[in-house]
Amino acid sequence: MNVRSQVSMVFHLDKCIGCHTCSLACKNIWTDRKGTEYMWWNNVETKPGTGYPALWEDQEKFRGGWEKKNGHIRLRSTGKARIVTNIFHNPHMPSMDDYYEPWTYDYQHLFNAPEGPDQPTAIPVSMVTGEYLNIESGPNWDDDLSGSPVYAENDPNLEGLSEEQRQQLFAIEQLVFFYFPRICNHCLNPACVASCPSGALYKRGEDGIVLLDQKRCRAWRSCVSACPYKKVFYNWFTGKSEKCILCYPRVETGQAPACFHSCVGRIRYLGVLLYDADRIEEVSNLPMEEMIEGQRSLILDPFDPHVIEEARKNGIHDSVIQSAQNSPVYKFVKVWRLALPPHIEYRTMPMLFYVPPLAPVMSTRQNEVLNSVSKDLFHDIDDARVPLKFLANLFGGGQEGKVVYALRKQKAVRWYRRALTVGDVDRETAERMLREADCTAEEAEMIYQLTSLCTFEQRFVIPPMYREEAIEAMRDPLEAKQGAGFGFLSGPRRGL
Amino acid sequence: MSNYHDLLLFAVLPYLSVFVLLIVSIQRYRAQTFSFSSLSSQFLENKMHFWALVPFHYGILTVIAGHFVAFCVPRSILAWNSVPVRLYILEVSALIAGLLTLLGLIHMIARRATVSKIRTVTSKVDWVLFALLVVQIVTGILVAVLYPWGSSWYAATMTPYLWSLLQFNPDITYVSALPLMVKLHIVNAFIVVGLFPFTRLVHILVVPNPYLWRRTQVVRWYGEARRAG
Repeated sequence: MNVRSQVSMVFHLDKCIGCHTCSLACKNIWTDRKGTEYMWWNNVETKPGTGYPALWEDQEKFRGGWEKKNGHIRLRSTGKARIVTNIFHNPHMPSMDDYYEPWTYDYQHLFNAPEGPDQPTAIPVSMVTGEYLNIESGPNWDDDLSGSPVYAENDPNLEGLSEEQRQQLFAIEQLVFFYFPRICNHCLNPACVASCPSGALYKRGEDGIVLLDQKRCRAWRSCVSACPYKKVFYNWFTGKSEKCILCYPRVETGQAPACFHSCVGRIRYLGVLLYDADRIEEVSNLPMEEMIEGQRSLILDPFDPHVIEEARKNGIHDSVIQSAQNSPVYKFVKVWRLALPPHIEYRTMPMLFYVPPLAPVMSTRQNEVLNSVSKDLFHDIDDARVPLKFLANLFGGGQEGKVVYALRKQKAVRWYRRALTVGDVDRETAERMLREADCTAEEAEMIYQLTSLCTFEQRFVIPPMYREEAIEAMRDPLEAKQGAGFGFLSGPRRGL
Repeated sequence: MSNYHDLLLFAVLPYLSVFVLLIVSIQRYRAQTFSFSSLSSQFLENKMHFWALVPFHYGILTVIAGHFVAFCVPRSILAWNSVPVRLYILEVSALIAGLLTLLGLIHMIARRATVSKIRTVTSKVDWVLFALLVVQIVTGILVAVLYPWGSSWYAATMTPYLWSLLQFNPDITYVSALPLMVKLHIVNAFIVVGLFPFTRLVHILVVPNPYLWRRTQVVRWYGEARRAG
């Protein structure tokens, strides 16, 4: 056993209201520089929809992630032999047209426009060329557009849905959508890291954050196509790739990442997971239907004395083990089994997990009366407006079982609380539902607490980082006295 | 051309160029590591990119490899060329590689000139470099066509000349009698070498060879002392 710790995340989709506050918090801190205008390290998508960049889940087109060949996994887009031919022209790389051309407006035109019969307008200007631009798409132009033949109908997750299910999903009275906020998943088996010819991408040993060394990046662009989530972006101005850094300067100082901190719906949880690094390769080679369980088995019980002993041996500090024990992520993923990894079939083993959303309408109408109980208490999950197959394609690697489990438990908790507080559901039914959903009353209370009443400290259990201490232990404290913080001492300049 | 000029161009310029190449490349790598990048523009324009970059790189790599092999093993080249059919095969392959390079270069220039997004990431130095490359490749092709058979006379003139440079005992008698076109090709090559560290050509120095033997995943620890395995 080789115990490592990782700062991991859970997004509770049932709580996401799609306000994009997270995206703006991130943009204002990290991607307002030249060359990064088009990047959204954090973005919020509407599902069903094509997302950003458009059709990123279509791996026939972009060839992201890993594939299994002859019993072993290999990158779909590149590799040690294939890089030789792909380095001059990357055949699967998305171009700016797949994202959007960033723009601002020529506000001066409002003042300078010659007198005429019409009101002057602020004309859109490209932030790449500086020329006037006819805007054709934006980063969230599929927002709320379920049923749209341009966006929703082309969602790659609709694969495997019957014609009837599709029609149901897109019938005007039945339209349904949910939000899908995305950041870098800080994977255990990251395809971007494995693909980088320069070795510029790396995973931090102490907390698992995946970073990109700007001084070693040479713009070979392999990472952009290798990441199946399209969360590595190419800065067209500096000629370097960039990606979500999980706000490590904030996390290291005990603050939640900006997108977490600003989340209005409080859907985001952050905490430590201990995992067994020796088994990553074995688990990423498992058959697809075993991968979700496989990844869960990688995550170790932080209360197990044997695990604690091994963690200490690997230099993991007691306070980190302690925060792993308090981790909300551990509860959602491993104890309650409510949170699922997105697209486990890409085999990168994402360390960001999603609680799948409950279908919005829980009742059926009978004789003009709304009826919310039937013999099978979970009937509406199978008949949900969002077909289970669709959710399974997103969060279950195509398998419905894990998604059904998470939805049933969520519903049971809701009804249990309803029995306690509102009283229109009798206790007996509620307890039966808990039993059928593999949940106890205590567990339901805990889920309720962490879902609805959670405080800042419960949502973000950030491990103390001993980085400053490490510097002092290894270096002369006066050595960095006149240095200028982290990063570059002079501004990074584009090469000639 | 006077002997004085020949001395300057073929005995002084080469050393000057290589000196600048070494000093500036090392200094740039130390002070401006960030600027070492291939500065790919594929993200901004994805279609012409293929027809520009792929033929250019395959072509130029073949041509440079040819020059290098002839420099290293001139006797083997001469022996190979002693049979006419083999000579023709070598010469035609070299010419095809040269034309491929030119085709790629034309596409590159057209792409940079016509696509407005690409123009915004094109510097003045890029245009200087394009001009030098056009001269280099066009003169190279013309030499191949006008003065056959280059693969043989290269071994007899250029190889000893380059060796004399390498031994710090430049002997310009090998090159002073060559036609003007060939001289232009040689001098221009030295200019490209000298300007190399000031251009985006530095990406050649950081081609990712370690990738072929490194482990698939990269994990960095904060300080080796805390390395856990």
